[in-house]
Amino acid sequence: MAIILAVDDSASIRQMVVFTLQAAGHTVVDVDDGKQALEAAQKQSFELVLTDVNMPVMDGLELTKKLRELPKYRFTPILVLTTESGIERKREGRAAGATGWLVKPFNPDQLLATIKKVLD
Amino acid sequence: MDIDISQFYDVFFEESFEGLDAMESELLGLDIGSADSETVNSLFRAAHSIKGGAGTFGFTFIAEFTHVMETILNEMRNGQRDVTAESTNLLLQAVDVLRGMLRGVQKKEATDDKHIAAMHRRLEIMLAGENVEAQANDDSDLGSEEQIKLASSMGWLIYFRPNAHFFQTGNDPVRMIRELASLGELSSELIDDKLPPFSDFEPEDSYLAWQFTLTGDIAKDDVVDIFEWVDDYCDLTIDPIMTAESAEIEESVLDYAQDDKEQISTPIENKQKSEITASPTVKPIEEEAPIDNENLKVTIAPSASSIRVGIDKIDSLINLVSELVITQSMLSRIGDNFTPSMLPNLIDGLAQLERNSREMQEGVTRIRMLPISFVFNRFSRLVHDISEKMGKKVKLELIGEQTELDKSVIEKIGDPIVHLVRNSLDHGLEVPEQRLAAGKTKTGLLQLKAFHQGGNIIIEVHDDGAGLNEDDILAKAIEKGLIDATDILSTDQIHNLIFLPGFSTADVVSDVSGRGVGMDVVNKNIASLGGSVEVESKQGEGTVFSIRLPLTLAIMDGQTIRVADENYILPLISIIETIEIKNTDIKQITGKGELYTLRNEYIPIIRLYEVFNLKPHTTELEQGLVVIVEGEGKKAGLFIDDLLGQQQVVIKSLEDNYRKVIGLSGATILGDGTVALIIDVSGLMALYQEPSLAVLTRNEQVA
Repeated sequence: MAIILAVDDSASIRQMVVFTLQAAGHTVVDVDDGKQALEAAQKQSFELVLTDVNMPVMDGLELTKKLRELPKYRFTPILVLTTESGIERKREGRAAGATGWLVKPFNPDQLLATIKKVLD
Repeated sequence: MDIDISQFYDVFFEESFEGLDAMESELLGLDIGSADSETVNSLFRAAHSIKGGAGTFGFTFIAEFTHVMETILNEMRNGQRDVTAESTNLLLQAVDVLRGMLRGVQKKEATDDKHIAAMHRRLEIMLAGENVEAQANDDSDLGSEEQIKLASSMGWLIYFRPNAHFFQTGNDPVRMIRELASLGELSSELIDDKLPPFSDFEPEDSYLAWQFTLTGDIAKDDVVDIFEWVDDYCDLTIDPIMTAESAEIEESVLDYAQDDKEQISTPIENKQKSEITASPTVKPIEEEAPIDNENLKVTIAPSASSIRVGIDKIDSLINLVSELVITQSMLSRIGDNFTPSMLPNLIDGLAQLERNSREMQEGVTRIRMLPISFVFNRFSRLVHDISEKMGKKVKLELIGEQTELDKSVIEKIGDPIVHLVRNSLDHGLEVPEQRLAAGKTKTGLLQLKAFHQGGNIIIEVHDDGAGLNEDDILAKAIEKGLIDATDILSTDQIHNLIFLPGFSTADVVSDVSGRGVGMDVVNKNIASLGGSVEVESKQGEGTVFSIRLPLTLAIMDGQTIRVADENYILPLISIIETIEIKNTDIKQITGKGELYTLRNEYIPIIRLYEVFNLKPHTTELEQGLVVIVEGEGKKAGLFIDDLLGQQQVVIKSLEDNYRKVIGLSGATILGDGTVALIIDVSGLMALYQEPSLAVLTRNEQVA
């Protein structure tokens, strides 16, 4: 079971993600924006980062870029949660260094299936 | 896994309503023509979050509706669409409709579907009107997606060569291989042609490539999906296995080991071959929504009123609890083998316990506190709409929005303030011509202020309008029989007449301020919160309504007093001083009772035993005490037998358990278990001046 950082400015999505991951036996730290996520990521080591894209203060793409610059997150799976399934946005996510994405809306099963891909 | 997502609905509703409020005030603040990009961005973000949440929690129709708003805002954000008054107004209306939809779902009430559909259409028309081209593009995208979906065959030949830096995206080829294997029968061949000599080997780079043969009835989409995240980071071809050409394929497979991707495709004669460069899976929201509307109506749990609390408040409480635990263990150690010499320790410990519990109490009270901005924020819209309707120019200023108030007060104070604001807009502030004629600026000023004063919160509604017209008020009050024509009233008293039941100066009830209820309702509502409202006005200069509210409704500092054989609680806040008086300082005034001269001020003496109809131990003022109290700016001396202790009391409502009683604000349970009534000083004074009020409330109760 993994230690996961969940980043989303929407409390309901965050709760759902946290609850789902915890129910699956993972350890989850959740924060509201990219800046807090970066701070948490420096303090602690996460095996997976799940981040929303559109957030105040620091968005998910910038967070991904900043995380990739840190030695300990060079190879860590970073999944972005996005509603913008357009090609452009995905390219931006990839350019920032994201491992993959999960398109909102998603349900708990889809979330677990997706993270299973990168955690095995 | 079976997770009931309905448990997250409450938070979703809460954050969505907050998001809508924020959108509303941001839309109102948008400068038409030169919109601030950060504001548009945060508008977009709010719509985006609501859409995301609605989709996730299965409110598909809300997600669809919000999607159109989001798209419009996205175009504004990207500069593809101008911010016009028309679009802003439409979005404002859409915010209202969306709020209605959310509320409908939350409360499981029916919504006006026609209205929603009409608004949805209007948004779409606005979107399409200026962006027909983009829609056409979308359609063609869908078309190509359809084609891909249709393509399937006996199986697939997949060539996969990850880039050197593949691992640094957090991806791993092993995952793709495993997923391919889960689709059908997989055979693979490793291509290690790029593997360098060991001396040049970079452990972080990827050197390998694979040729897979995947057999089975598998949709191409499923294969494409596996590589969805990495198609930019690898060379990838996916070709169907054609049965008729299977021999040739077998042959070509062998060739792959040495060949580059360009050459690979040549042996296969295949019209459907396509090189994947980007994800084609653009799925409209509605397809993936986990729950449909019908289910939804059943699954929503009844919403309990919830509150969001800052983590700092919780932390400080936890801190306090741990201190309490320390105190408790200290006390129990003292108790274990107590000797008289330990008495000072015991007293210290008890003092500490008292401090701990007081701090805990304050901490817990703070949890219920919310900033008044929750109430204030809705006013920009209200003022905007009403002033426009009435042809007035009004600037709204909010001051002290961060002032915190008890949640229950926040919930109930909205309506009275709305009433006062409507009143100021309707009767107070003048139209621009009148203002100019009176030598004022064209734009009227309406201020909403909140601040602390003593143990109270004061909320002021301030306008620089025409002020109250005393002659009109007097005439009206006489006409309605509220006062006698012969009564002589001070300016203050005249102004306060507007709070009397049955008073309304507007001859025609306008749809703005008058809904058939007057200021007396405002007064009553505020009084039910333990507060009071006052008006101060200067003709031609403006009016200030001040609402005075207690910090919290649940707990207050009280002074226990003894009257005859009964204990009462006086709010500490209303006490000015307590004195022993001499009979010589008392003046008997006919019709007004006894007046006491305190530093050149005449203060009426209220004998509490008379008010509460008790059998007195003494009727001699010199043998008891007089507590000077203040309420609503007036002073009075309460004659009591004795002062007992001061303590914090938890207020229990009389109304809930018995009925409203003028002069009493509630009851409490004292340390010894007895019940004491809490005196409402303002009410008591009113009762003293007008004993018939007691009868009045009784009648009201019956009615």
